[in-house]
Amino acid sequence: MSAPNSSYDPVEVTPLNAEEVERVRDEALAAIVAADTLDALKQVRIDHAGDRSPLALANREIGALPPQARKDAGQRVGQARGAINQALAAKTAEVEAAEEERALVTEAVDVTLPWDIEPVGARHPITTLSEHIADIFVAMGWEIAEGPEVEAEWLNFDALNLGPDHPARTMQDTFWVTPERAAMVLRTHTSPVQARTMLTREPPIYIACPGRVFRTDELDATHSPVFHQVEGLAIDEGLSMGHLKGTLDHFAQAIYGDGMTTRFRPSYFPFTEPSAEMDLLCYVCHNEPDAVADCRTCKGEGWVEWGGCGVVNPRVLVACGVDPERYSGFAFGIGIDRTITSRYDIADLRDLFDGDIRFTQPFGVEL
Amino acid sequence: MRVPVEWLRELVKLPEDVTTEELAARLTQFDLKLEEIISSGISGPLVVGRVLSLVKEPQKNGKTINWCRVDVGPEHNDADGARGIVCGAHNFVEGDLVVVSLPGTVLPALGFEITARKTYGHVSDGMICSSAELGLPGDASGIIVLDADSATPGDDAIALLGLGDEILDLEVNPDRGYALSMRGVGRDTALAYELEFADPANIEVTGTGEGYPIRVEDAEACPVFAARAVTGFDPTRPTPPWMAKRIEQAGMRSISLAVDVTNYVMLEIGHPIHGFDLSSLRGPIVVRRATEGEKLTTLDGVVRTLSADDTVVTDDRGPISLAGVMGGAETELSDTTTDILIEAAHWKAPMIARTARLHKLPSEASKRYERGVDPELPARATQRVADLLAELGGGTIEAGLTVVGSPAPRPAVEMSVHLPTRVSGVDIDPATVVEALEGNGCEVALDHESLAATPPSWRFDLNDPNDLVEEVLRVVGYDQVPSVVPVAPAGRGLTTAQKLRRRVGNVLAGDGLIEVKTFPFAGAADFDRLGLPADDLRRRQVLLENPLSAEEPGMTTTLLTGLLRSLVLNLGRGHADVHITETGRVFLPKSDDAEAPIYGVDRRPTDDEIAVFEAALPDQPHHVGLVMSGERVRTGWAGPGRRATWADAVAIVQHVADELHVDVEVQQAHVMPWHPGRCAAIVVAGVVIGHAGELHPRVLKAYGLPARVVAAEIDLDALIAASPEIGPRPDFSSFPVAKEDLALIVDDEVPAASVQRVLAGASALIESVRLFDVYSGDQVPDGKKSLAFALRLRAPDRTLTDDDIKGAREAAVAAAGSLGAALRV
Ligand SMILES: [Zn+2]
Repeated sequence: MSAPNSSYDPVEVTPLNAEEVERVRDEALAAIVAADTLDALKQVRIDHAGDRSPLALANREIGALPPQARKDAGQRVGQARGAINQALAAKTAEVEAAEEERALVTEAVDVTLPWDIEPVGARHPITTLSEHIADIFVAMGWEIAEGPEVEAEWLNFDALNLGPDHPARTMQDTFWVTPERAAMVLRTHTSPVQARTMLTREPPIYIACPGRVFRTDELDATHSPVFHQVEGLAIDEGLSMGHLKGTLDHFAQAIYGDGMTTRFRPSYFPFTEPSAEMDLLCYVCHNEPDAVADCRTCKGEGWVEWGGCGVVNPRVLVACGVDPERYSGFAFGIGIDRTITSRYDIADLRDLFDGDIRFTQPFGVEL
Repeated sequence: MRVPVEWLRELVKLPEDVTTEELAARLTQFDLKLEEIISSGISGPLVVGRVLSLVKEPQKNGKTINWCRVDVGPEHNDADGARGIVCGAHNFVEGDLVVVSLPGTVLPALGFEITARKTYGHVSDGMICSSAELGLPGDASGIIVLDADSATPGDDAIALLGLGDEILDLEVNPDRGYALSMRGVGRDTALAYELEFADPANIEVTGTGEGYPIRVEDAEACPVFAARAVTGFDPTRPTPPWMAKRIEQAGMRSISLAVDVTNYVMLEIGHPIHGFDLSSLRGPIVVRRATEGEKLTTLDGVVRTLSADDTVVTDDRGPISLAGVMGGAETELSDTTTDILIEAAHWKAPMIARTARLHKLPSEASKRYERGVDPELPARATQRVADLLAELGGGTIEAGLTVVGSPAPRPAVEMSVHLPTRVSGVDIDPATVVEALEGNGCEVALDHESLAATPPSWRFDLNDPNDLVEEVLRVVGYDQVPSVVPVAPAGRGLTTAQKLRRRVGNVLAGDGLIEVKTFPFAGAADFDRLGLPADDLRRRQVLLENPLSAEEPGMTTTLLTGLLRSLVLNLGRGHADVHITETGRVFLPKSDDAEAPIYGVDRRPTDDEIAVFEAALPDQPHHVGLVMSGERVRTGWAGPGRRATWADAVAIVQHVADELHVDVEVQQAHVMPWHPGRCAAIVVAGVVIGHAGELHPRVLKAYGLPARVVAAEIDLDALIAASPEIGPRPDFSSFPVAKEDLALIVDDEVPAASVQRVLAGASALIESVRLFDVYSGDQVPDGKKSLAFALRLRAPDRTLTDDDIKGAREAAVAAAGSLGAALRV
């Protein structure tokens, strides 16, 4: 701040001659070439391009020159300073790149080291498949209904046209709650959820009910006393078996892809009339002539059994307070566990229920 | 139902070119689903032979073999007109007709192909066969000796013995009891192939007048009872082979001519028959309810104690038969019976089902009665049995025929001719509807748009219009049903609870837990292992009448029973670090005498009635549980790991609650199965909804688990119920923060969470409080601990002044003071 203002102060100055400027410039360029670290370059910048560098000092003197000389000297000094700055910048970039290169090499690691120190969670495929199925029906405008697993006998049987002496009732191996007069069972199917929905809601009803159900089967490779199913129920005006087939075909395509279809075989369930067993086009061989014969999934049939279905028996509608003159409907059910074992080729049903973490882990959090 | 195809073809003249496979596929489309086609599997030159010579040759091993020359017909004989065969059996002589399997024959019962082989110094050029070797029933101690002149050497024995027969094993649904007979399957086959059907039950009944005295007191269980006597029957007569073969092929055993005839008629027309030894009866037959405790020795030799629910056939001595289920031993047909009383009674299905279930006596007869037997048949069935006994056993049919009762007429079912179209979605014209119903045996009266179908006596499943639709549709073909996706009204997607349960599942997976599905059964042994006190509510279970295991007699009240079983399994399989979770219902009974009523089904129960069974059912909340063992962060190349601790269990529960925007309070608790000093109660709005922490060492010992296993279980339904509809509004200030640290000395017993809570509430300027250090030791008095908190202070509307900061800090210290905390100096 206290230095003389050489631009305006009338001081005696020596005009810089061309040789001197050139010498100073060459000296600077040589120093730049010699510097090979950023620290060395910093010093070169101070010495040759800083405020106290010869050319900076010379620049201040230019103002004192007569107009003609001032122009020549300005040009000379300016060019020399430009060359030095340019060389400095280029060299700095070069040295920075080299230093970064060295640093990166020394920081290299073995990226193949396994990062396996944090636990990885997963959700059970019964859960994720149930959710996947729920999503398919929700996308069709349906809703998802639920109900208790210890259920009133009346809802599990009577309301579904399975009266006390119905042969089909004794064929369903039922867990009965103690004492027997409690008239409660472990639900043998998710159908009581359908009955509950009809009892509490006005049609139109379009619901799917995934859930856990129970039968008194001893656990072995293909049977389990606890298993899971999803049932669907639609009650509306003018529904027919054709709508049932359309729904199931859509369902099959949503799960197994385009071109899937179902077929019906007559069967018997007390809560539907007419009733049908449904087969699913084999999702492995698609019943293609050249593939079906050797297909292990469908054992050469071209179709795999998928579940039961039918038109809701009007007697069930009556017991559940739905006017059978006005409304009709359809219902279907498939086994979730069996869908998993057949789709993933799991030979032993017990794997689903013994809780070995290696079973669930590969399924991740979504199917 | 096992259907011999040869028998079926006798009843229905199927075209020759219809293969058994095609027939089975067609019947499957007709609701008679094929289980399997059974055949003998025998192939090759199995022929009739005549033993020309037989030389007995004693062997060194003590056996005697027969060296036989057997004439097996010109096609198969050697140049010298016979074959040499070694045979070890001795029940035949020269001149007998036998069955010979020549080299190349495959007998599945033996599992190999017959070849010529050297044995006992001869080349045996085939084998003389026993019944067992051919997979046939009968005496296995010797070879088969055919009736003299019943065949000629060289005849194909496969055809002769019916070994080429095929049998359809059909699954008969409970609504199609009529198909448990050749008559029923035959009718459906004729309908499927549009062929004439000659009903084998069209039997002319010749009996006249009264026969054996019968009185039916329980007409509700027995609307029709028919009896007919055959006398002078020769009990030594054998069952003709064709009949024995059909009976065996149908899956029953051939026993004696008299018994076989009754079974044959049951298979043929579907009506069970019982035969009494007439000479053993005392006085008139009375059909009545049993009195409680009455005894009957059934023909399997078991003494049955009867219940008042059973209906019995009695004579003067008391019960002689458990109606429709099993006969009594004292009056059964024996190998000396010459006079037979044939009973064909129509027993009602519910009574039979009850009795068969009660006495655990399912039989061929009870199976048919339970599904319904044609009530028009009793008299005709007795006639058919009597005819066969007379024809095959030389008996005399007594003229008297007793028939008590008659079947109730079947009401007609009315329906619109358009209903089949409406229900099925297939266009079915009225003529087809009528034809299909008539084909099923209905009498149909058509009146413009509506028809009245009177179902045949053998169809108990045709009561409603939709029942008729099914019959029409199976004739039209289920494959005709079109595929039309219905349009549902706009839905509202998943419920909040459904969405939140999914979210919790994903949070747990994100926290490294693996979901398992275990069985919800448990028992006292589980609760003992968990160390639950005797009066713990979790010992009160919903019990089952028929649990699979006595060890687990009821439903579980805690998810830890299944999770710990699963943990034991995983550790046993060599997994060290196991972090598992389960979401599912637990079952908490409301009271021991809760009863769910059984309502009628002719109307909807009222809301009040529905409320009654809702109130009776046990509480079944969804819980979420977790257990963790081993390292939560694994030791490895990156450094030492970290075991799962009580704090991880609490933190995961806290994480779940945070995701649901539920404020939970963590309190110190002492609840089994947790470690008394390492158990946190999870409290929402003053209510405990679960616990988390380390398990009690005694519990770990009882399960054989390693030390320091941690666990948590919370009532997920309660947590979801506390979840607000929308989460908190983001609310933060952009003025500068001021940070203040506080080190407080408190008694050991004071929970850190309480201190944190009072600090957070001490001043409106305190934005957050975080505990960053806990210390007890040298510089802290005994029984005390030092808690260091980082406070962030901020005002919503200005930069804080030094006075603001000082004031907030003093307020915090004062608030902590209420818990006995003092500033550490
Ligand atoms: Zn296939």
